[in-house]
Amino acid sequence: MEAIVQQFFNLEIMQRVWPLLLRGLGTTAYLCMLVIPLGLAGGLAVALASVSKRRALVWGAVVLVDLFRAAPPLVLLILLYSGLPFAGINLSPTVAVSLAFFLNTSSYYGEIYRAGIDSVGRGQWEAARSTGLGAAATIVYVVLPQAVRNVLPDLISNTIEVVKLTSIASVVSFPELLYSADMARSLTFNSSPVVLAAVIYILVLWPLVRLVSRLERRVAAH
Amino acid sequence: MSAWERFVETFFKPAMLAQYWPDILKGVLVTVQIAAAVVLTGLTLGLLLASLRAYRILPINWLIVVFVDVFRALPPLVAILLIYFGLPSVGISLPSFVVLWLVLSLVLAAFAEEIFWAGITSTPKGQWEAARSTGLTFSATLTHVVLPQAIRLGVPPLTNRTIAITKNTALGTVIGVGEILNQATTAQSFTGNATPLMMGAIAYVALFVPVVALGRWIETRFAWRRV
Repeated sequence: MEAIVQQFFNLEIMQRVWPLLLRGLGTTAYLCMLVIPLGLAGGLAVALASVSKRRALVWGAVVLVDLFRAAPPLVLLILLYSGLPFAGINLSPTVAVSLAFFLNTSSYYGEIYRAGIDSVGRGQWEAARSTGLGAAATIVYVVLPQAVRNVLPDLISNTIEVVKLTSIASVVSFPELLYSADMARSLTFNSSPVVLAAVIYILVLWPLVRLVSRLERRVAAH
Repeated sequence: MSAWERFVETFFKPAMLAQYWPDILKGVLVTVQIAAAVVLTGLTLGLLLASLRAYRILPINWLIVVFVDVFRALPPLVAILLIYFGLPSVGISLPSFVVLWLVLSLVLAAFAEEIFWAGITSTPKGQWEAARSTGLTFSATLTHVVLPQAIRLGVPPLTNRTIAITKNTALGTVIGVGEILNQATTAQSFTGNATPLMMGAIAYVALFVPVVALGRWIETRFAWRRV
């Protein structure tokens, strides 16, 4: 018992590494603010392509989505970060992480938006177009607001996954929360910093997890 | 050398393809085994927890909710590092593949529990009452009437979640599990060439594209008809 407390819940070590972890949390937040909007925008583009009337666009979107949903994000990240330099292209960790996340999360967000757009009845399109709205205006003012509302739990749920996923950036030495904690672990020979990081992740994400649970139940009740 | 030749030389060098495909294949086998084990234990545990929760024993339900929330909020890589590097110093050494299997199973169990539970709660009350009034016990009602519907309802959301979690087997490379990515990065560090990495990426895509496509099909096939 004593050993477990020493190894995992050493308050003195936690206190010492706190500033380092706080900086890591800041970097994680910065990364999230970079990759979540990018993914949301990319996903929207993918979804619009997949509901368009051009077959080439539709097929292109399906192939891209399935390809990047099949490749684990860590594989994508390592391929970009360690593979591209052999072709003379050196990406900084930030760019490599952003690009890998963009490709991966756009596919996931894209599928969610598409499900949302599909859930808006055909009649809505026709009614909007017949009142004289253009195709773009129909999408922006009629379809998307309802689509987003219908899949809001999935969008939030996927965003939680993206925040969690930022932890893989530690593998390419991007100094986010897990990287900082793991650094601290190897310096102190003690796992308390990683426990502290786990607690921080849980505290930050727990309210969102609860929110998704409630939203999902509400949608299921309908 | 033309740009195309350089590209091939860097990412698809024939000599390397020939030399390293057995290693990548070994990785594929490890990935498939761990993924299969994770799917089996994760889904089973999730179903058991959801069934247990149906008995509404308050302290147990609290524990289940805490477990589910923690594993939905915690990045799997954090749990993997914590268990793999932490436990040995309190005298418990688990092989890296066991750590990977354990963490991913728990994560999948957490998500599966939520999904099955949503299915159980969405079964109309009248069905419970009808089943009980025919003389079925609570447990018999649960297993013969409610769970079959809950499981069917859970198939579409579970499929995507399960695929996403099994892809996380790639995280095992961080603690040295000999899965595809690990074989690829090891080979790459020996050769100073990106071909093994490309092979690894292609192996993953080849392995998971059929699964993703199957998921797409299951999603439409099992979709609950909206009225």
